[in-house]
Amino acid sequence: MSHFPAHLLSMDDLDADAIGEVLRVADSFAEVGRRANPKVPALRGRTVATLFFEDSTRTRMSFETAAKRMSADVLSFSAGSSSVKKGESLRDTIETIQAIGMDAVIIRHSSSGVPARVAEWVDHCAVVNAGDGWHQHPTQALLDLYTVRQSLGGGQEGTDRFDGLRVTIVGDIRHSRVARSQITAYAALGAEVTLVAPATLLPPSLDGWPIAAVSHDLDAVLGATDVISLLRLQAERGSGAYVPTMREYSAGYALTARRALQLPPEAIILHPGPMVRGVEIASEVAELPSARITDQVGNGVAVRMAVLFLLLGQGSLDGAAA
Amino acid sequence: MSAPHELVIRGGTVVDASGERRADVRVVDGEVVEVAEGLEAPGSATVLDAGGCVVAPGLVDLHTHLREPGREEAETVESGTRAAALGGFTAVVAMPNTDPPLDSAESVRNVYALAQGAMAQVAVAGAITVGRAGERLAPMAELAALGVHLFTDDGDGVQSAGLMRRALQYATGLGVVLGQHCEDRSLAAGGTMHEGAWSSRLGLPGMPSEAEEVMVARDIALARATGGRVHFLHLSTAGSIDLVRRARAGGVPVTAEVAPHHFTLTDGYASGYDPVFKVNPPLRPQDDVDAVKAALVDGTADAIATDHAPHAPELKDLPFDQAPPGMLGLQTALALAVTELDLPLARILALLSWQPAVIAGLDPAGGGTQGGTVATGSVANLCVVDPTATWTVDPTALASRSRNTPYAGRTLTGRVRHTVLAGEPVVIDAEAQR
Amino acid sequence: MSADDVRRAVTRMAHEIAERNRGLHDVVLVGLQTGGVGIARRLAETLAEVEGADVPVGTLDVAFYRDDIGLRPVLPEAATDITADLTGATVVLVDDVLFTGRTIRAALNALGEYGRAQVVELAVMVDRGHRELPIRPDYVGKNLPTSRDEMVDVSDDGVSLGELVNR
Repeated sequence: MSHFPAHLLSMDDLDADAIGEVLRVADSFAEVGRRANPKVPALRGRTVATLFFEDSTRTRMSFETAAKRMSADVLSFSAGSSSVKKGESLRDTIETIQAIGMDAVIIRHSSSGVPARVAEWVDHCAVVNAGDGWHQHPTQALLDLYTVRQSLGGGQEGTDRFDGLRVTIVGDIRHSRVARSQITAYAALGAEVTLVAPATLLPPSLDGWPIAAVSHDLDAVLGATDVISLLRLQAERGSGAYVPTMREYSAGYALTARRALQLPPEAIILHPGPMVRGVEIASEVAELPSARITDQVGNGVAVRMAVLFLLLGQGSLDGAAA
Repeated sequence: MSAPHELVIRGGTVVDASGERRADVRVVDGEVVEVAEGLEAPGSATVLDAGGCVVAPGLVDLHTHLREPGREEAETVESGTRAAALGGFTAVVAMPNTDPPLDSAESVRNVYALAQGAMAQVAVAGAITVGRAGERLAPMAELAALGVHLFTDDGDGVQSAGLMRRALQYATGLGVVLGQHCEDRSLAAGGTMHEGAWSSRLGLPGMPSEAEEVMVARDIALARATGGRVHFLHLSTAGSIDLVRRARAGGVPVTAEVAPHHFTLTDGYASGYDPVFKVNPPLRPQDDVDAVKAALVDGTADAIATDHAPHAPELKDLPFDQAPPGMLGLQTALALAVTELDLPLARILALLSWQPAVIAGLDPAGGGTQGGTVATGSVANLCVVDPTATWTVDPTALASRSRNTPYAGRTLTGRVRHTVLAGEPVVIDAEAQR
Repeated sequence: MSADDVRRAVTRMAHEIAERNRGLHDVVLVGLQTGGVGIARRLAETLAEVEGADVPVGTLDVAFYRDDIGLRPVLPEAATDITADLTGATVVLVDDVLFTGRTIRAALNALGEYGRAQVVELAVMVDRGHRELPIRPDYVGKNLPTSRDEMVDVSDDGVSLGELVNR
């Protein structure tokens, strides 16, 4: 068993063994989720805070549900609330939270690097990155891996089948924290990742990125794809300025019904949500059985439970905190 | 506190533009009166021990942000000049991006008044445009009459080529120098660090090298066309340096400064998202750092200027993209040059003292008292430097009101032992005297 | 214990279970991960051979119910798999070694999530003593006094004792 890191800030923090561990432990939590009373006492007495500077009801609820299902106490701070008002510095907020006594803080922020800085300021508190700027969104990538593994048969066999798996990530990679996390995650398990985007929506440099190929032509790669992961054009992060029109973007990069037919029969379609039907994915394609979008959401809670359990449940008797 | 009647600096080696010689220096009423070996010191004289040290003209910083008026929580003229003196500087050029900006005779006079009795001479850089807004020319003639020699909108570059051309033409009539902070806003917009491999990995918007280079190229062309004098502030990319090198070879007399952080740090330092490494122009990759060093060796860069930019600690605690850019520099510049550059001390002193003095118009030929040589008749603006002393940078021990140095914990070689301002020892044994 | 000893113990315990629970119709065997799972399956096979009864077998991982989470590394071995509703059932918990009793206490808490059992009994291959909680087994393969530092290893090939390397 590899040593799980003290914080989950980035997919770079996890090697293949650690990823495998998250997926395996998530299986156990998925079983918990199927019970009539989906609750275990695993984190009873622990306190988990969610600190969402960017609105996201879905992700926040997913994390809070995960924590509550493990009997942890949950405190939530969100951008609109008085405790996170403008003017009170991030550092002050963190110090207040620490003074109250948190075992874990789950942070989403529009600025890259905030979870990393918070991790430097806290003591005996695990920091989980729920999305920072364009940088990383590790639990999203983990739940995508879980969803794909489920489709590949689950268990260790499912994990092994990532080796050589052809994954295509389409969309605004430049501004996407989900893409950055996904690329690291899939590559760590041996998959071959191809990026498809207009040139202006690729990062300025792909130096050192663990990808197999880059293409501007979605149609050319569809036939050789086992998993296609669609990204949303991030209007709130300014992606719109990088393409002439949404129509032109969709013409080139949307997964239309026609394109979906070009996928191999066993291919899986993923989208981190929320979907903008008609832009990156056609409505009818989102309803295809090969589109695992609803599974992704359901799996999110189990995967987040696994992450919290691995961060908080791995103490040692000599007192060294996880 | 005023200058002692007589001051003798003993046991050092005098280094200036004319060369290097073992000599003591006698200063009477603020003026160097004798430079020779084995000088006697009468009992009433203040004696400064310069054993093992170099005695040179005081350093001159072409680029300091004193923050006063408007941002006194970060720095004041008093605290900034104290830091300058401790760094061996006897003069600094104060940048105009204060609040209100230095674009009027009144604001310039105000800074001169604040600098009365400061621990270094404060020259003022006036703004090129009113409010530094890049729309209308500031009253440069009026400011020049007050002694302003260098004009810049620093913090920003003048975005309009047309306006810059007009400013240069106007400047030729006044004999002043226009300094440019080269940053094309449409290319740099939103950037928080160098655009490249690191920014892509870190998910931070970047400023590409060309944001600086297009303006360097533009202003070289404008300087060539108008005959105006352009000085490039804090050049940071290999491309910029190459443009300046070729311009000079082609006979266009532009000058250029580089900042210590651009020859000692790379963009990878931002990988922990610590805003202490956020600066404008941003830290660049190793190739650019190497080009900056080469520019110092081959003379393409005429000066090292600190771009001392204090910011209150709570601002540097903001997320990386929200924090203001800027680093402290006055107390570390000399030591960084000694430690990191493969250059003789005499060359380093030229880059930090007599060459910038000329660009700033503060040298004797320009009617000033800075730089020049340590010779009988010159005003005693001197620094005494121990080139082998090592020390470790401690942000809490610096004289600045702010703490944003990227060198915390770094051990450097080269330390200022004494600084003499117009005959007054303002720093003795590395301690400020007031 | 040798492999034969283990086999005989399984047979004996199966008979005891059948004897105590006439008819076996409400009995569910639940093997604790990981040591109890194999034994539970072998008990079920034996009960099928000897009594002709088809006793359901579930597996239970108690990781999330342990009282030492956060004190030492705790990981589930496998997902719990209990398909039957345990309400009204006679659950026979099966584990390889009974030691402090904390695992069984966790198992009792976990079991509660699957229905309100009528009766819960405990079958273990080895009782090594050193109880820290008031837990007692109903069916024991062998009582094996040990020191706290020893490790007990149970498999189809037998039971052996070893030195504990680290805890």
